[in-house]
Amino acid sequence: MRRERTLDVLIVGAGPAGLTVAAGLAAAGAGRVEVLEREEQAGGVPRHCDHGGFGARTFAGFTGPGTSGPRYARSLVDAAVRAGATVRTGVTATGWAGPRTLDTTSPEGLERVTARAIVLATGARERPRSARLVPGSRPAGVYTTGELQQAVHLYGQRIGTRAVVVGAGPVAYAALDTLRRAGVAVAAQVTAEPRHGTTPWRAAEARLRHGVPLLTDTVVSELAGRGRLSAVLVRHRTGRLARLACDTVVFTGDFVPDHELARRGGVPLAPGTRGPAIDAAFRTAVPGVFAAGNATHAVRPAGAVAAEGRRAAASVRRFLSSGEWPPAVRAAR
Amino acid sequence: MNQDGTGLVTRSGSLPSEPYDVTVVGAGVVGAALARELARYRLRVAVVESSDDVGEGTSKANTAILHTGFDAVPGSLEARLVREGQRLLSAYAAECGIPVERVGALLVAWDEEQLAALPSLLEKAGRNGHDEAALLDAAEVRAREPHLGPGALGALEVPGESIICPWTTPLAFATQAVRSGVDLHLNCRLTAVGQGDAADGTPHTLRTSRGDVRTRYLVNAAGLGADTVDRMLGHDTFTVTPRRGQLIVFDKLARDLVRHILLPVPTALGKGVLVAPTVYGNVLLGPTAEDLDDKQATGSTAEGLAGLREKGARILPELLDEDVTAVYAGLRAATEDDDYQIHARPGQRYVTVGGIRSTGLTASMAIAAYVTGLLADCGLDLGGESRELAPVTMPNLGENFPRPYQRAELIAADPEYGALVCHCERVTRGEIRDALASTVAPGSLDGLRRRTRARGGRCQGFYCGAAVRELFDRRDWLATR
Ligand SMILES: Cc1cc2nc3c(=O)[nH]c(=O)nc-3n(C[C@H](O)[C@H](O)[C@H](O)COP(=O)(O)OP(=O)(O)OC[C@H]3O[C@@H](n4cnc5c(N)ncnc54)[C@H](O)[C@@H]3O)c2cc1C
Ligand SMILES: Cc1cc2nc3c(=O)[nH]c(=O)nc-3n(C[C@H](O)[C@H](O)[C@H](O)COP(=O)(O)OP(=O)(O)OC[C@H]3O[C@@H](n4cnc5c(N)ncnc54)[C@H](O)[C@@H]3O)c2cc1C
Repeated sequence: MRRERTLDVLIVGAGPAGLTVAAGLAAAGAGRVEVLEREEQAGGVPRHCDHGGFGARTFAGFTGPGTSGPRYARSLVDAAVRAGATVRTGVTATGWAGPRTLDTTSPEGLERVTARAIVLATGARERPRSARLVPGSRPAGVYTTGELQQAVHLYGQRIGTRAVVVGAGPVAYAALDTLRRAGVAVAAQVTAEPRHGTTPWRAAEARLRHGVPLLTDTVVSELAGRGRLSAVLVRHRTGRLARLACDTVVFTGDFVPDHELARRGGVPLAPGTRGPAIDAAFRTAVPGVFAAGNATHAVRPAGAVAAEGRRAAASVRRFLSSGEWPPAVRAAR
Repeated sequence: MNQDGTGLVTRSGSLPSEPYDVTVVGAGVVGAALARELARYRLRVAVVESSDDVGEGTSKANTAILHTGFDAVPGSLEARLVREGQRLLSAYAAECGIPVERVGALLVAWDEEQLAALPSLLEKAGRNGHDEAALLDAAEVRAREPHLGPGALGALEVPGESIICPWTTPLAFATQAVRSGVDLHLNCRLTAVGQGDAADGTPHTLRTSRGDVRTRYLVNAAGLGADTVDRMLGHDTFTVTPRRGQLIVFDKLARDLVRHILLPVPTALGKGVLVAPTVYGNVLLGPTAEDLDDKQATGSTAEGLAGLREKGARILPELLDEDVTAVYAGLRAATEDDDYQIHARPGQRYVTVGGIRSTGLTASMAIAAYVTGLLADCGLDLGGESRELAPVTMPNLGENFPRPYQRAELIAADPEYGALVCHCERVTRGEIRDALASTVAPGSLDGLRRRTRARGGRCQGFYCGAAVRELFDRRDWLATR
């Protein structure tokens, strides 16, 4: 009862990586190129990053302001569609039915799609509290940045009154912005690292202008609260403990590639990143299966990921015309 | 009761003034099973539950095994009720679509002492009526479980041990009970009992957090609170000491590492932990066993988790390479006695169902039938023969049975079953809508998760958390569609 279809290229995931691969291939006349996106809107993570800095170009040492995430997402979708690619939303690739055949589910029904090349551009997500093995109770009010941003920017949901932010990478500072937009005070930011991991300007702004203390060399040792979070217990490297009263905690960063589809298809992972192992031409160990974007590494700026997508498109095109798959990559299995 | 003969499900407001024939305190798996059993008779029945949902206590946080009872103390009440309960629940699960997988168990011996304990366990299994149990040598164990860590010396195989969905089970009981006329009062905590008089038929007056309600017969199925409720009726026969069990749920990508339930061999020297698949396709590691005095201490601890991981690394080393999806802890209602504490007090028209420590999910239906008999012994007029209840069909949460996102005919009839909202667990908008409009609807996001699995996967809401919350917040509107 599955509708069977064939394509030239099937791309899974319509984030910056998948969309630029699609645009590049369609523009080069690679035939029927289709991107599947399981969300109702294409664009990937930038859809809910309602802040600037996306797709900023660096020229002569100066970095431009870039544009907002949602606007950036829309421009990538438009570019892919204009180039002649098909972008289908609300369609999930659920598993494999052959080496280059994927099963999908959408409100239109079940399909089985076979393509000459498949590109996995499934992105990455933040490790939630449970995967970080943070002990304690299981109260409400525990977020990742991804969930927080969607809750605030896509749905306008109420978050809480006082938060602790875990992490001090760039994404943690995006979380601070989102909390401020949602009217949530920030009690503190904690990081296991000895210093923040963003630009000095961003860090100073958070600390001085917005008064968010940064606790370095500090880990979250426990969540407390019945029903709703009441405090985060933290421990400094020296063993000193502190209790930070709050009703919200945001776990930021600690990205892990969304590798389920890769693993279910027998695509070997790179031990360091836990994403599909690829060579310089974005080829996995499975002939005809490519991978690009955050699915293959820890999080990078969207502009860098888009640039990867363009290079991946060229590589896929070479494969479509030559049909060659170097044995070296295959040996990597 | 409603006009159409179905029961009320209430979460606020005062309680009905007409006395009930029987009131059950506690809507865990035991109280819910009892409500369903009583619904088969011509009785006015209520359940009062202090939390906002069915199965919110220990029943939501166990290892989800449908035990055979092979290792029960032969001749005990527990042994009998577990054996009967296993049979009853297996049949009931098949009838209403509660996922069960008969994966079988291996009790793996890791040292000579454990190996030496296996023959007597085999003999005990035989005495409990499980003749299909058998001893396996080291080579056989390895062939059965190729990912097992080095050093397994042998095992006892118990083929009948199964895994079951612990969330759907009490929900199925409660759903069928309510549809058959039982009233379910949630957010309703029993605080004191004004005792009636059996001689002239004056009912008891139950003081609750939502006001008074009257009942002729009372059943205490309050789990961890069973000793407290017992004292409200003047009995001081047992004390519940919560014994915490912490558990780690591993990613679904670990599911292929294990085929059976891997049980520890009980020995004098401390307790081991088990590794078991779940019907949702995850792998469980746990539980710990810690005696506490706080009946609300359902948190996890760093030491507990580290200890489990250390033991898990020995049993199934590759398991530790997988991400953890969830961590939880449940409290066993341990008492000073090894057996169930089920006592009938005919003079008080009261039955205590306490100390249902570590087998209550399995035994629930048998406990229900047994307690119904005790109520009749106490003088309750069951009003004739029991009737067959209209069957219920529960939404399938099990991976081994078709889920809506895989069913072309279902999606063709209603495209909402093709609209995935929770990607990790592949939960559709259709299923969420159905849960929100169901007979015993969820009162919280956690309740929705236990009915659909939404938000329960590896991302814990990174992708779908906000979208699911949005559907939950609009539930009144969705339910009318
Ligand atoms: C909170 C946060 C803030 C950020 N802020 C910035 C910033 O300010 N500036 C910046 O430059 N970068 C920022 N980034 C990084 C940037 O957003 C990412 O690098 C970029 O989105 C990666 O693109 P991608 O295509 O690899 O993955 P994603 O954007 O994650 O896209 C992957 C897509 O694949 C889809 N998908 C996955 N599996 C399937 C499947 N089986 N079937 C169908 N579809 C599937 C997903 O739904 C998703 O839409 C931020 C990232 C995060 C998480
Ligand atoms: C770690 C662990 C693993 C387990 N593994 C298994 C297993 O694999 N298989 C198996 O069969 N069993 C297992 N069990 C045992 C099983 O979970 C329990 O036996 C069963 O859930 C007990 O159900 P219950 O209805 O008696 O208690 P509960 O589920 O605790 O229900 C009691 C209810 O009473 C309510 N209540 C209490 N006081 C009041 C009051 N004053 N007023 C109103 N309501 C009140 C509570 O809110 C609660 O909802 C395990 C238990 C634990 C802890």
